[in-house]
Amino acid sequence: MALLEVRDLRLSFGGLKVLHDISFSVEKGAINSLIGPNGAGKTSLFNCLTGFYKPKGGSISLGGRPITGLPPHRITALGLARTFQNIRLFKEMTVLENAMSGQHCRSRHGIMSAILHLPAQRREEEAIRATAMRWLDFVGIEQHAHRRAGGLSYGDQRRLELARALASTPELILLDEPAAGLNEREKLDLVHLIRRIRDETGVTVLLIEHDMGLVMQLSEKIVVFDYGQKIADGPPEAVRTDPRVIEAYLGTEE
Amino acid sequence: MIDEVRTMPTAVQPQLMRWSVVLPGLAALAAALVLPQFANGYVTEVATTALLYVVLCLGLNIVVGYAGLLDLGYAAFFAVGAYTSGILTAEFGFNFWLTIPVAMAAACVAGIIIGAPTLRLRSDYLAIVTLGFGEIVRIIARNLDITGGASGLIGIERPEIFGFRLMQVQHFYYAFLVLALLTAFVCLSVERSRMGRAWFYVRYDEDAAAGIGINRVTAKLQAYMMGAVIASVAGCLYAAKMTAISPESFTFNQSLLILLGVVLGGIGRIPGVVLGAVLVALLPEVLRGAGTYRPLVTAVALLAIMLFRPNGLWPDKRV
Repeated sequence: MALLEVRDLRLSFGGLKVLHDISFSVEKGAINSLIGPNGAGKTSLFNCLTGFYKPKGGSISLGGRPITGLPPHRITALGLARTFQNIRLFKEMTVLENAMSGQHCRSRHGIMSAILHLPAQRREEEAIRATAMRWLDFVGIEQHAHRRAGGLSYGDQRRLELARALASTPELILLDEPAAGLNEREKLDLVHLIRRIRDETGVTVLLIEHDMGLVMQLSEKIVVFDYGQKIADGPPEAVRTDPRVIEAYLGTEE
Repeated sequence: MIDEVRTMPTAVQPQLMRWSVVLPGLAALAAALVLPQFANGYVTEVATTALLYVVLCLGLNIVVGYAGLLDLGYAAFFAVGAYTSGILTAEFGFNFWLTIPVAMAAACVAGIIIGAPTLRLRSDYLAIVTLGFGEIVRIIARNLDITGGASGLIGIERPEIFGFRLMQVQHFYYAFLVLALLTAFVCLSVERSRMGRAWFYVRYDEDAAAGIGINRVTAKLQAYMMGAVIASVAGCLYAAKMTAISPESFTFNQSLLILLGVVLGGIGRIPGVVLGAVLVALLPEVLRGAGTYRPLVTAVALLAIMLFRPNGLWPDKRV
């Protein structure tokens, strides 16, 4: 059974239909991509999956559990993490504090145990810090742990967003245009890093990306969107030669 | 699956206490401890008021500074505490110390009633609702019999501790000093904990916080209630010190003054907020010589601070 199952998902804003009966699935341990021209509804779909938008119909399930319409924090707690298209870090806080935010839903101590400085609370804080440091190390920015997140280079900010999402120990991670704004060298590093996420931690990856080279290199399966509809779904070779995909990207001859 | 990740030794811990803060802090504490021994009654009275504002500003700082919620009716929770304690001791003969937990519970209930529906909305709505709430509490206090109506509640009993009755202004000075230190300790502890960080995440980017697994409504509600509880405890001690309270102690102006203290000193950071609170209490006294020009001088001073130090006198480095 697939890790992520999307069935007949529909979304509209007022009279504008954004997503038409979208169905697809992502297998556990896969790296899959979502492509399509601008405005095709890719980010809207991510927002439905993560609970930021409430779909008008259809269903979404993660590991067999329905998550349709749940609030974002519940969905994260159930094992689905995301990054944002335009990096959304807590810029005024430290890199470490940013990474620690991922552990919030995996920890439980509240105000009272903090005031009383309970030993269990201290231990939990240490564990949160250690986990966050491990993920900063994983993405390769642990040396910046105590710097302000907003002061990092653009590439490192993208890495931090990844570390923060991974720190919530997800089963599936959604990456919204992770290569946007990166140079060729940084893109190579990113391909390597995304492979490591899957190979070393077993986290399933679904990404939205415009860089076709990167998508073709990484993905086992590609889902293609145009005007809110799924127009193709398959391995890179099949999608690359699909006439409907070529039409969506290049237009028809007439 | 995390175990497969390479591990590394935990990084150097950031320095929690900086000497630049600790040394002036200790000096201020030493001065505060001996002040009543040297100062006359008037100075001690003003200093007691300053300590009251320190407690209130630290409490409001949790709501405004940590969680980023604009609360324009904070004095309402101060009133809830003062009236709960006042009514219980004056009308029902409760022991003062027993009224504190009751007042805290009352503030929690009031916080939930106001916070639960409004904290789901963006903060602009909260400002309007809290403004209304502040006025509602004052008007209720003005019109009920049990609160003594417009003339207020009188004959509130002075608290007793181990057979020693708090009577003089010096006694209350020390009581407020203990409360202020306790509040600062609580704020420091929570600021560096999981919930404290969650408030900052919500303050800086609500959507990113939700996306990373933080329940924003619960986080905001907890900040709001914690602020309410601190104000209510301050209210209990205030009622005991004054022995008489009236609705006019809890006006919109009072809420604004507390907010002013938080913003003036440096929102979000404990030393800055303490400084702001002390200034709010001292400015009217220092400017007494200005006579009828006092509001004008205060306004100009505040404008100058906002122009030259827009993040407060002792700002939070994070901002």
